[in-house]
Amino acid sequence: MELTFYIAAAVAVLATIMVITRFNMIHALLYLVVSFLAVAVVFLTLGAPFMAALEVIVYAGAIVVLIIFVIMMLSLTREDVEQEKAWLQPKLWLGPALLSFALLAELVYLLVIAEMPAAPAAASYVDARAVGLALYGPYVLGVQLSGILLMAGIVGAYHLGRQKKKVIHRFLQEKEPQKERSAAI
Amino acid sequence: METATPNYLLIIGGVLFVMLNVAALLIWVERRGLALLQDRYGPNRAGPFGLLIVAADSIKLFFKQDWIPPFADKPVFILAPVIVVVTVLMSFVVIPFAPGIVVADLNIGLLFFLAMSSMGAYSIILGGWASNNKYSLLGAMRGAAQMISYEVFMGLSLMGVVLMAGSFSLSEIVEAQRGLWFVVPQIIGFVIFFIAGIAETHRLPFDVPEAESELVAGFHSEYSGMKFGMFFIGEYMGITLISCMMVVLFFGGWLGPDFLPPIVWFILKTAFFLGIFILLRASMPRPRYDQLMEYGWKYLLPLTLLNLVVTAGVLLWLNDGYR
Repeated sequence: MELTFYIAAAVAVLATIMVITRFNMIHALLYLVVSFLAVAVVFLTLGAPFMAALEVIVYAGAIVVLIIFVIMMLSLTREDVEQEKAWLQPKLWLGPALLSFALLAELVYLLVIAEMPAAPAAASYVDARAVGLALYGPYVLGVQLSGILLMAGIVGAYHLGRQKKKVIHRFLQEKEPQKERSAAI
Repeated sequence: METATPNYLLIIGGVLFVMLNVAALLIWVERRGLALLQDRYGPNRAGPFGLLIVAADSIKLFFKQDWIPPFADKPVFILAPVIVVVTVLMSFVVIPFAPGIVVADLNIGLLFFLAMSSMGAYSIILGGWASNNKYSLLGAMRGAAQMISYEVFMGLSLMGVVLMAGSFSLSEIVEAQRGLWFVVPQIIGFVIFFIAGIAETHRLPFDVPEAESELVAGFHSEYSGMKFGMFFIGEYMGITLISCMMVVLFFGGWLGPDFLPPIVWFILKTAFFLGIFILLRASMPRPRYDQLMEYGWKYLLPLTLLNLVVTAGVLLWLNDGYR
């Protein structure tokens, strides 16, 4: 169980690095899917199967598909890949990489000196029932607040998407234009 | 589970073997069945009743040139057909065919099935995109929109069953149907799951991602040889999977009168739904793409939510004080 956790975590980190460094957007998103799947396996090994399933269904299954959908509409070409390459020069990411490496070193140091909790995976097994009881018990306010937020999002999307049709197909038009024509004749 | 390792491997191998062969057999059944319904003969030359047509077809597919178009995105193009077969086969892991005959009885079995079916959408999207062909891309866009939309109703329509059984585990759901099959109290859920299942496997009448008369062959226009074969076999395994899920969730799985063993009941019920899938293909016209989406979001979604609310309300009313 311990080994599967480390493998999945390594895959997640590697896949996420690949997401950032790919020039082709679809390839980057494919790595993002792999990263989400790896995180799902991490959840599973830590004893949260419900969270693992939701990770795959919501993030890997729905959100990334929507992003890919938008990118397909943009119809990227070879020139776009070249442009990405021109934008992402090594000297641009060298500074942030060095700084975050310092942070990573600090994190590793803190993890090493911290004491390991005894048997973390086996002790805390959270099944779907426990998640439901927690969500609709102590955290019900959070559920309601996120519901309100989602409602606002839906109303906003509806408002932005609603517009009067400018071009109407001739089969769907009202009968009036035909009448006018016959009157003109 | 460690004590029964040989038996366990036998189950895995058996499920894999049976599913691949059922998909192959289904191709023959469908071609002969369609021919019967359309008043013609169908493939009847190779072997008895034309049974060997599938073997002949697969040999042909294997020896065809494995052609990758020069304008295609090579790694993604190769990856796409693999995803469809892998996701469908992975879903069979959680299906309990009879007591004891299940590869892994996960306690999140139903969610695992939904997760795998949502991953299946990638095969269409990536296949269509990587082909770099406008018909493929149109098919992929349609497929993506259709599968995302119908996944929503598919998941929600099953939640009524989960509420009644009180578990995501498929064998517990089957056991909960000992008194009454869930198709009776959850008839709306069943109908919506059936419709969403047809849309998820993009079968006729909902096969707009590969509508031949509009899009050549949709997302797999550029595929040939065994890569096309994988899309093809994946589709048939997909229908088998949806039929199995309908049997497990709504028709009592292996439960049935005692004069036949449980596995036979499961096979009979599944075969019935497979027959319905073929009958639907022979009899239904294909809706226009916008009609399909409108139908989903405007009618199926409110109906599913209503079904969920009513089921939850009735359950709460029946066992008041359940904590």
